[in-house]
Amino acid sequence: MADVRTKQIREPLIHITKRDDVSFAKSTVIHLIGIAVALLISSLLIVAITGQNPLEIYKAMYEGVIGTPIANSGINKKYMESIHQAAILLCISLAVTPAFKMKFWNIGAEGQVLMGCLTSAYCMLEFGGKVDNSVLLVIMFAASVVVGAVWAIIPSICKAFWNTNETLFTLMMNYVAMTLVSYFIMVKDKSGRSDLGIINERTGYGYLPNLFDRNYIFNILIITVVTVLMFVYLKYSKQGYEISVVGESENTARYIGINVKKVIIRTVAISGAICGLVGFMIVAGDKHSIKSSIVDGQGFTAIMVSWMAKFNPILMIPISALIVFLSVGSKYATSAFRIDNSIGDILTSIVIFSIIACEFFTRYKVNFRKPKGRGKA
Amino acid sequence: MNGTMLITFIQQSIRLSSTLLLGSTGEMITEKSGNLNLGTPGIMAAGAISGIVGAYFYTSSSAAFSPLLSILITLGCCILGSLLTTLIYCFLTITLKTNQNVTGLALTTFGVGLSNFVGSIINQRMGGTGVAAFPEIGKAYRTTLPFADKLGIFGDIFLSYGFMTYLAIVIAVIVAFVIAKTRVGLNLRSVGENPATADAAGINVDRYKYVATCVGGIISGIGGLYYVMDFAAANWQNNILDQFGWLSVALVIFAVWRPNIAILGSIIFGALYVVGPFLLGLSTKDQELLKILPYVVTIVVLVIISMRDKKENQPPESLGLSYFREER
Repeated sequence: MADVRTKQIREPLIHITKRDDVSFAKSTVIHLIGIAVALLISSLLIVAITGQNPLEIYKAMYEGVIGTPIANSGINKKYMESIHQAAILLCISLAVTPAFKMKFWNIGAEGQVLMGCLTSAYCMLEFGGKVDNSVLLVIMFAASVVVGAVWAIIPSICKAFWNTNETLFTLMMNYVAMTLVSYFIMVKDKSGRSDLGIINERTGYGYLPNLFDRNYIFNILIITVVTVLMFVYLKYSKQGYEISVVGESENTARYIGINVKKVIIRTVAISGAICGLVGFMIVAGDKHSIKSSIVDGQGFTAIMVSWMAKFNPILMIPISALIVFLSVGSKYATSAFRIDNSIGDILTSIVIFSIIACEFFTRYKVNFRKPKGRGKA
Repeated sequence: MNGTMLITFIQQSIRLSSTLLLGSTGEMITEKSGNLNLGTPGIMAAGAISGIVGAYFYTSSSAAFSPLLSILITLGCCILGSLLTTLIYCFLTITLKTNQNVTGLALTTFGVGLSNFVGSIINQRMGGTGVAAFPEIGKAYRTTLPFADKLGIFGDIFLSYGFMTYLAIVIAVIVAFVIAKTRVGLNLRSVGENPATADAAGINVDRYKYVATCVGGIISGIGGLYYVMDFAAANWQNNILDQFGWLSVALVIFAVWRPNIAILGSIIFGALYVVGPFLLGLSTKDQELLKILPYVVTIVVLVIISMRDKKENQPPESLGLSYFREER
């Protein structure tokens, strides 16, 4: 009987084992292959749907992002715009990172940023002209940060005390925020167009100043500082260490005397505060306007960026650059080739799919069944 | 609100509820297997656009129009489209064990992007009038029983819908029964609660997850198709389905993972969504504010069930976690 059994058991064709650790070089190679495969699939898709040469489209995308310099001005506007967009995406990714590292699945960044935008816009309308511009900016900054933090703290308190599912809670908070913004616009807008247009267009109250005669520099500076701070905070501070411990095992954290509830609420508050800051930067430093789609899904994209970078702030820089390249580039390419610009979303998601699939190959090793000895065959 | 308006209000609530009911029934099956599929809005959009593609090719073919065939073709395309989209999610999260939140969000971007893209192409080919419309197919989906309008108020409230509304309720009841009362349902729940134990008991965890997620995806996709074909009378509009996808995810929580409660829940959600214009004397901005209600109610339900901490009302224990045998 036992004999028959052993004959029937066959080694499976594919057997998966866990890797201990993978070298940086190897993981880079795996990811580059992944991105190449994604671009190949996207190219096939482009050919299949539009019949255009994919190389032409990629070239148009590159031109759209890098942009040609405006004659004699020395200012390369598209270039700056793309960098700024990447920086904003980077900053939201940084914001969600501490919470993720703690395994708190805050997918409410969209709403938290939006609440920051809403607060800034409200302050611009309410206090513009009544106080000095620098004071106004400080008020906008502080209020946005606080509101962003509060928007994140609400679910975190429920998580800390009653273990409420934070993924679903923060997701719902996004739509509450969006509805509040639409409501706010309808209340403030007397014209009935449901659009506030550019706020304080003539006066420029609550606008971040241009530095070195250029747009966006102020935002980019802030984001650079945030990046460095976040890197240091996560890697070298005591609180950063506490976050990793809570993320690895709450029981261990409790055992070594970490107040888990406090860490959860504090960390998520930081996440929300940075999201609020991003909202401030979007309104004061870029759009000077408000609408419910102003964040444009970047709150969700940031989650993927943070995850793909394995919570490493430095790695998030190239990844957000890649994502922005795809979305800005495709906007340009699609207008050049007269195809719908939602192809940007398709390309982005294919690249994301393949990058997260790469993670499997860095974490696990695929072993194939050894070919049987030739003697048997 | 007078009598006729009240009836119209009930009819619209129930119409919209079918989309939400199908969407959330699908998501419930998925979540019961421990997969939190945040790609549901994308799957619903992909399912709907697949149906539209089927409609486009059918109406542009030279064959004589047959309502039954048009329904079968669009439904078939929708099932195929949502199955393929769901398979991306399954392969990544189950076979490659990627993070479910990230994969789901990427799938939503993908599905919504794809539907907008294909939608705009079809719109262009149909003359670029802004919407891709298939009035005959919309009519086929909205066909009611022949004697429905002769039964007065009863007929108006209960029999004035296309077949998909009843299909949605039947599916929800069957799913509720299968999950709660059958062996397959028991196995499915055990996979979602504790896959390691299920594995030890000899249940093929991966197979259960694959089948549950795919079946769930197809049902959600049909929800998307229903919205486009019946509620919107076969008019395609970009970016319309993702909000109903998220509402469906919310409804899963509201109905504490029970499809039979979701039947009632979906009608409440539908009513909250469409009630605005029916409340005379309410300004547009207050109507807008009313749309917040489904989400706030969901949040309240979520907090209450976690505070009460009753075992039977909790999300599946391993919801959102990948399972790898060697990591037990």
